[in-house]
Amino acid sequence: MAIETKPDTGTWTVKSGLAQMLKGGVIMDVVTPDQAKIAEDAGAVAVMALERVPSDIRKVGGVARMSDPKMIAEIIEAVTIPVMAKARIGHFVEAQVLEALGVDYIDESEVLTPADENNHISKDEFKVPFVCGARDLGEALRRIGEGAAMIRTKGEAGSGNIVEAVRHARKVLGQINHIKSMETDELMATARDLKAPYELVKGIHESGELPVVNFAAGGISTPSDAALMMQIGVDGVFVGSGIFKSERPDIMADAIVKATTHFNDPHMLAEVSKGLGDAMPGLDIRSMPESEQLATRGW
Amino acid sequence: MPKIGVLAIQGDFLEHGKMLDAISMDWQEVRLPDQLDGLDGLIIPGGESTTIVQLMDIYGFRDTIKRRTREGMAVWGTCAGMIVIARKLLDKRPEPLGLMDIEVSRNAFGRQVDSFETEIHVASIPGDPVHAIFIRAPIVTNVGPEVEIIAEVEEGKPVAVRQDRLMATSFHPELTNDTRFHELFCKLSGS
Repeated sequence: MAIETKPDTGTWTVKSGLAQMLKGGVIMDVVTPDQAKIAEDAGAVAVMALERVPSDIRKVGGVARMSDPKMIAEIIEAVTIPVMAKARIGHFVEAQVLEALGVDYIDESEVLTPADENNHISKDEFKVPFVCGARDLGEALRRIGEGAAMIRTKGEAGSGNIVEAVRHARKVLGQINHIKSMETDELMATARDLKAPYELVKGIHESGELPVVNFAAGGISTPSDAALMMQIGVDGVFVGSGIFKSERPDIMADAIVKATTHFNDPHMLAEVSKGLGDAMPGLDIRSMPESEQLATRGW
Repeated sequence: MPKIGVLAIQGDFLEHGKMLDAISMDWQEVRLPDQLDGLDGLIIPGGESTTIVQLMDIYGFRDTIKRRTREGMAVWGTCAGMIVIARKLLDKRPEPLGLMDIEVSRNAFGRQVDSFETEIHVASIPGDPVHAIFIRAPIVTNVGPEVEIIAEVEEGKPVAVRQDRLMATSFHPELTNDTRFHELFCKLSGS
């Protein structure tokens, strides 16, 4: 009844496995320990610790970096659910710092200002798992190829507008369906066109699904937004500015959690959507210059 | 054939479903308490225990699960599920359902970077050792007289326990290709 072999930590199975445990759940952006507790009380499966929510990052402008380790450590202390934090694209030292702090997942995120305009972090080299954003299947598979153990749509963070998250989720899921129905001899050309590793394209042809959990993120502001993404076919949702920029964060947090579990039950969705107060103010993406769109960051 | 339900509030319930499909078992998702009627066994999957318990209370599962367990429904909790069915936790939260006479410590091995996989022997599962995946896993810190410890990671660290028709594992058989734990639970449910 004792241990047979030496235990292995930081394996692909335990990295992608933690994301499996988050499925059907809501991951909430929080900027203080008190917000983290509100999120945990509402039933969030994890929190994303950061100094400013994306809508404030937009307003403040300048270079957005990894958050203050002191603040992240305080949030780790405050809750028992997993704590995630963001590193800049390509900034592997910020990732090393976050791993040393004991965060449970690192988001290599386009919401922060990229540190490398060519390369993402080599995520296989870390024990801590990573989640990365993607707008299409090629981008998702490049990130998985680098070692990402979880994928999310980019959406348009801090916009309060669901349109980009819908676009990205439909694109990824549509491309998966397409590959599923292909002949085997079409896969290499598809890998070339997607700029994706061939082995991963072949894996999708065989299994019909991504090898990792796929969440929606970017612009989710109401319970119906969360349920929409779940019905489209993602495994769970990130809510950034949508909760703590709404009029009643505790009630909104609660309602989005319930809507994510009961995404297929319109009566339940109607019930939880009553009297939530104002959702966060939103932005029209069509009138936004490309230079201000966060989703275009990442390569 | 026993009818198995998988609690589908949050977590890796589909992975349990795939294992049950692989051994050709009849199963259904359980999202509301009235779906427990007529089940012989219920699996509470891995996930976030605070989230699962909070949502179970909101939807009114607590009393119905206790009643159905008294009526003979078998229950198996994996990881978060072990926390949910425990009598007592060393942590202040969540408030467990108290189905099984075990005391449990959450995140007992540390944070995610300390999550691990290994091989262990399980008393109720003859043959090859079981490949056990521990993700922010709990351990059993104390057991009542009727509880049988069926696996430990080291002396004094129980990670799989049985009590009559109840079973709990700290690890995730549903993330492997080994269906022996699911077969064992179906046998328990059908007896």
